[in-house]
Amino acid sequence: MSGVRVLVGTRKGAFILTADGARKRWKVSGPHFAGWEIYHVKGSPVDSNRIYASQTSGWFGQIIQRSDDGGKKWNTPGSNPEELKSPDGTPKGESNKFVYDGVPGTHQWYDGTQHPWEFKRVWHLEPSLHDPEHVYAGVEDAALFESKDGGKSWKELSGLRKHDTGPKWQPGAGGMCLHTILLDPQDPQRIYVAISAAGAFRTDDGGKTWKPINQGLHSEYIPDPAAEVGHCVHRIAMHQSRPNTLFMQKHWDVMRSDDGGDSWREISGNLPSDFGFPIDVHAHEPETVYVVPIKSDSEHYPPSSRLRVYRSRTGGNEWEALTKGLPQRNCYVNVLRDAMSVDSLEPCGIYFGTTGGQVYASADAGDSWKPIVRDLPAVLSVEVQMLP
Amino acid sequence: MIRVVLPPHLRTLARVYGDVELDLNATVTQRSILDELETRYPMQRGTMRDHVTQLRRPLVRFFACGEDLSHESPDAPLPEAIAKGSEPFVIIGAIAGG
Repeated sequence: MSGVRVLVGTRKGAFILTADGARKRWKVSGPHFAGWEIYHVKGSPVDSNRIYASQTSGWFGQIIQRSDDGGKKWNTPGSNPEELKSPDGTPKGESNKFVYDGVPGTHQWYDGTQHPWEFKRVWHLEPSLHDPEHVYAGVEDAALFESKDGGKSWKELSGLRKHDTGPKWQPGAGGMCLHTILLDPQDPQRIYVAISAAGAFRTDDGGKTWKPINQGLHSEYIPDPAAEVGHCVHRIAMHQSRPNTLFMQKHWDVMRSDDGGDSWREISGNLPSDFGFPIDVHAHEPETVYVVPIKSDSEHYPPSSRLRVYRSRTGGNEWEALTKGLPQRNCYVNVLRDAMSVDSLEPCGIYFGTTGGQVYASADAGDSWKPIVRDLPAVLSVEVQMLP
Repeated sequence: MIRVVLPPHLRTLARVYGDVELDLNATVTQRSILDELETRYPMQRGTMRDHVTQLRRPLVRFFACGEDLSHESPDAPLPEAIAKGSEPFVIIGAIAGG
């Protein structure tokens, strides 16, 4: 690998940060899609030129953008000048079209009543591990979509939304979003997703049928703390070499499963707070896990106003604070669920972005940190794409 | 020639500068203007009206000759000044913060 590209989505545009393998000097490009909310930008793991972006607006809805040259030029898929019309003259422009399969039905609203499923935006784009044209989209209100033509058209994998428990799913503070999509590198039929606030789900048949995998989660903020669904899962992470081992940052509690999500146990251990949003795993050490503790569900800033990443080298329970280079006083930023990522260089690089607009990087697995940029709009997502 | 003023975000999306000029062979209505805009700029589909219901997005408004026509029927003929191009059909995003 010759370098790394860090893809940053913010409240007001996307930014691309690029460096060689030393990760000392960074080139910053952007804002791309200035003024729009960019919930997520993620590159294909098998084509370093292919990047997908979710561009959204409360006024103008959802736009999907795609780059085929590493982020220099962008197009809404299917809307290139040569593709403006299909052979019969029919206009295309289906890349923004996310329509639920059949009658959408209802889910639980904040006040306990039933509320119709309404598409709002794409929270997360997950490119296939094998085919750059194949990409999944996790959306609000919660559902999973798939495109096999590079984002030109989207089809819902509706077995998830139509699960019997759907009417019991409810929105968290950020809306009822499907925010995590993990593709099993050893079994192409197995996908994990997580929804706030429904919980985690797994399919073993490529998305046709789904199973809630929330046994062992305990959430005091719902009427039945051990319910089958209703848990506010914030993020799940997996190491590519151990797809049966999952690490979860829940609304409160950091959790671990070693059986593909069939059962979970708490690994919060000595964390100063087990509330937080992101969680990630070291690229080369499957038992090394990173979280960013946040004080509480209402106080979304670091405990003691000190920004600390916590690292466990024992797969949980025993955590060490990583502080070198991070602000250790008067810090009141948050780190959102999709705003942390790792690279696969040696040593492993860790990156995260804050609601204050900083993107911090560590080129030594978290031992020390430096900001790549300090003054972006609030960061919504950070993803890494490796460059050949 | 119909003149359409797009909000800045949709101009950027469509990569157009200034007013958009359209030739319509149909009666000039909100619907015929939006149909032609979406045909010429497919990336605009879904940004002004819903993909399926074709209803105006809640924070998008339509003005013509100083009148707010957002709540008029999409099939109602627009004023002659719009059809002749002496006045633009104006699409704006509602002022709602951000």
